[in-house]
Amino acid sequence: MDLSLLVQDVPTLVVVIVAVPAVLAAYIVGTEYLVRLLPDKLRPRVRPWFWVGPALILVTGFLVLPTLGTVVTSMQDRDGNFIGLLNYQHQLGGFPTGGAWIAIRNNVYWLVLYTLFVLFFGLILAVLFDRVRYESIVKSFIFMPMAISSVALAVIWGFMYSYQPADAPQTGTLNWVVVNVFHHAPVTWLSDTTVNNFSLIAAAIWGITGFAMVILSAALKGIPGELLEAARVDGAGELTIFRRVIFPLMMPTVVVVGTTLVIFALKAFDVVYVMTAGNFQTDVLANRMYKLLYQADNPGGASAVAIILLVAVIPVLIFNLRQFRAVEARR
Amino acid sequence: MRLIRLTRRVVLAALAVLVAGACAPGASNNPSPSGVHGGTIDIIGVWSDGELDSFNAVLAPWEQQTGVTVNFEASRDQDAILTTRVAAGNPPDLAAAPSPTLLNRFAQQKKLVPLENIIDMNKLKSEYAKSWIDQGTINGHLVEVFSWASIKGFIWYNPKVWQQKGYTVPKTWSDLIALQTKMKGAGDTPWCVTVNSGAATGWPGSDIEKEITLGQVGPDIYDKWWQGKQSWTSPEIKGSWQSFGQLLGPGDSNVYGGANYIVNTDFSKVGDPMFASPPKCMMLNQASFITSFFQKAHPELQPGTDFDYFTMPSQNSANEGIRVGAADAFSIFHDTPQARSLINYLVSPEAQEIWVKRGGKIAVNNKVPVTDYPDVVSQKIAKDLVSNTKQLKYDAGDLMPTDMKNAYWQAIVAFIQDQSKLDSILSGLEQVRSTAYTS
Repeated sequence: MDLSLLVQDVPTLVVVIVAVPAVLAAYIVGTEYLVRLLPDKLRPRVRPWFWVGPALILVTGFLVLPTLGTVVTSMQDRDGNFIGLLNYQHQLGGFPTGGAWIAIRNNVYWLVLYTLFVLFFGLILAVLFDRVRYESIVKSFIFMPMAISSVALAVIWGFMYSYQPADAPQTGTLNWVVVNVFHHAPVTWLSDTTVNNFSLIAAAIWGITGFAMVILSAALKGIPGELLEAARVDGAGELTIFRRVIFPLMMPTVVVVGTTLVIFALKAFDVVYVMTAGNFQTDVLANRMYKLLYQADNPGGASAVAIILLVAVIPVLIFNLRQFRAVEARR
Repeated sequence: MRLIRLTRRVVLAALAVLVAGACAPGASNNPSPSGVHGGTIDIIGVWSDGELDSFNAVLAPWEQQTGVTVNFEASRDQDAILTTRVAAGNPPDLAAAPSPTLLNRFAQQKKLVPLENIIDMNKLKSEYAKSWIDQGTINGHLVEVFSWASIKGFIWYNPKVWQQKGYTVPKTWSDLIALQTKMKGAGDTPWCVTVNSGAATGWPGSDIEKEITLGQVGPDIYDKWWQGKQSWTSPEIKGSWQSFGQLLGPGDSNVYGGANYIVNTDFSKVGDPMFASPPKCMMLNQASFITSFFQKAHPELQPGTDFDYFTMPSQNSANEGIRVGAADAFSIFHDTPQARSLINYLVSPEAQEIWVKRGGKIAVNNKVPVTDYPDVVSQKIAKDLVSNTKQLKYDAGDLMPTDMKNAYWQAIVAFIQDQSKLDSILSGLEQVRSTAYTS
C-alpha cells in the first residue's frame, strides 16, 4: 500500500492525530472545571447539557436549520417570493395521475412490496440455513449483493431486463428465458407499465435481502437452545415452535429491520434513477425531487416534495421510537 | 467525525492565511493579457471516451504553448453539478455545455462573464455567421460562444441497398411518404428509430418532430413555439405531431421493432438494424454526429458507399433549406487570464479544425476549409451547411425552459407508445407551458 499520500498532507495528519483528541480532552476537562465552580446542587443538572452540547449544536446546524430552510423554500417561487402553498398544490393537485401522484403511488408499491418481501425472504433464509452445515458459505453468497453499490446493481439488472424485438437474439437473461423456455413474446420489463415497477423493486430486493437475513439470523442465534428443547419435550412440532417460540422472540428484531426497510423504501432513488430515470411511470418521490431541483430548476417544488417525504417518514419514526421505549420498558 | 472535519477546516484556514500572508509580496507574477504562462484552468464538460480524446487533442497545442494545466471534469449529469457549484459560489472557470439551456439560466442570473471585451469582436464577426453570435448574446452581452456544431434533420440510408432495391432519394415530403409506402409494399421496414437516453429519454424523437415542425410551419411559428407563445394544442403544432405520426405509421408499424424497441433501445444503437445483413430497416433520422457511432459499431463501413444522407424534405417548400442545428456552448464563470486565453483559442479556426479532422463535428468558424473534413460524407455536410442552408435554427427543445424540454421529451415517448392519446398529451404539455415560462 502506498502510504506517501498520508505524508503529503501533514497538517491534516497532525490535526487528526494530535489536535482532535487534544481539543476533545480540553473540552471535557474545561467544562468539568466550569461545572465544579457551580454550587453542588446545580451540578448534576448542568453537566449533561455540556456533554450533549456539541451534538446538539451539530444536529441543529446540519439537520434542524436546513429542514426549516426547506420548509421556507417550499413556499417560495424561483425568485424567492412567498407563494404560500402553491408548490404543494402543484405536487398534490391533479389526483390520480397529475403532480406527484404517480411517484406517491410507486412509493406505496415500494413500501409494501419491498419491505414485506425482504422480511419474508430474510426470515425464511435465516431460519432454514440455521439448520445446515454449509450455512456460512450460503449466507456469504446471499450477503454478497450488499457489497455492490446500488448503481452497479441497477446497471447489472438493466442487462438482465434488456429487450430485443422478437426476431432478434435476446441479449437480456430474463427475456432469453421467456422466449426460449416459455415460448412467449419478449417482455419490455422496464417500459411496460404493468410490470416495470415490480422489475425495479425486484432488483432492489435482490440487493438488500442479505442485510435482513444476517440481522435476523443473529437474532435467531440469540434464542436460548433450552427454550426450543423445552418446546420439543412438550411435543411441539417444528412449525409450531417457529410460530409460537422463535417468531415472537425475534419480533423486536423483525420490527427494527422492518422499519429500517420502510425508510429505505421511502428513500428509494438510485435503482430508479439508473434503470428508468423515472420514465414510463416508475418515478418515485426522491427521484422527482432530484429532477425538480436540478433539471427543472424548481427549488420550491423540490422542497415541497422533500417535505411531503418527510411527513410520510414521521409516523415510521414515531413508531420506531415507541418500539425502542417498549423494549427498554421490558428490561 | 463532523467535529474532526470542522476543526480541520479551521486549522487549514488558519494555515492558509499564514502561508498567503508570507508569500504575498513575491507572488504577484502579473501575467500580460496576451501571453499566459502557467497556472491552471478548471473546466466542466460532458465528454467522455472518443469525444474527450478529441477535446484533449484540441487543448494539447494550447497547453503546450501556454503551460497552463487543464483540470477537466466530465459528467453526463452536468445540470446537477453545475447548478450545485454555481449556487455554492464555486463554479468552474469555464463550462462546455452540449446545449445553451443551462448556460442561459446562469446568464439570466448574471453569473457568466461577458465576452465582448475578451474576444476580438471584429474578427469573430468576420469568421462567424451572425446567427451564432446572436445565439450567444443575452441581454445585450455575448456570454456564450460555439465551436463545433451538429446539423439535424439528416436521413441516413445505405446507398448500396437502395440501389439494389430501386429506391431513390425523395425530394419532397410527398415523395418521402410515397417511398415509405413503396418500401412497405416491398416487404421492407422503412424506419429505424430509437429514443432511449437515460434521464434524457425522448430527445432523439423530439429532434424528428421539431424538424417536421420547422419544415411545416416555418421559422416564425417555430420561434414562437419554443418561446412559449404558441399553444401546443394549436392546429400548427398538432399538425406537425400528426406528420410525425405519419412517418411512424399506425401503431408505429413503419418502424423496426415497434414502440417497445423504440423506447427501450439506446439512441446510439439506432444504426445497428440498418447495417445488419439482411438490413432490417431502410433509413433513419439523426443528426450529423451519428456517423461516429456508425463507424465505431461497424468499422468496415465506408462513408459515401455504405452510408450517405439526404436532408429531411419540408412539407412547405418555402421552408426548404432551413435546418435545425445544435452546438457545444462555452461560457466563462471566472475572468482569469487562462480562461481569457482559452476562450480565444476555442473560437479560432486552428482549434476547431483539430476536432473536425478527427471526425464527428462541424466547425462553426467559417475559416475552417472543407478539405479539412476527413471523408466525403462530412465534406458534403460542411458544403451543405455553406451552400444549401438558408437559415440555421437552434434546436427548439434546447431553447425551452428545462421543465418544458423534459415534458416535451416525455411527451414524445408517450406519443410513440400510443399515438391515439395525442390530444391528452398535447393538453398535458399545454399545462406545463402555463408554469414553465414564468419567472
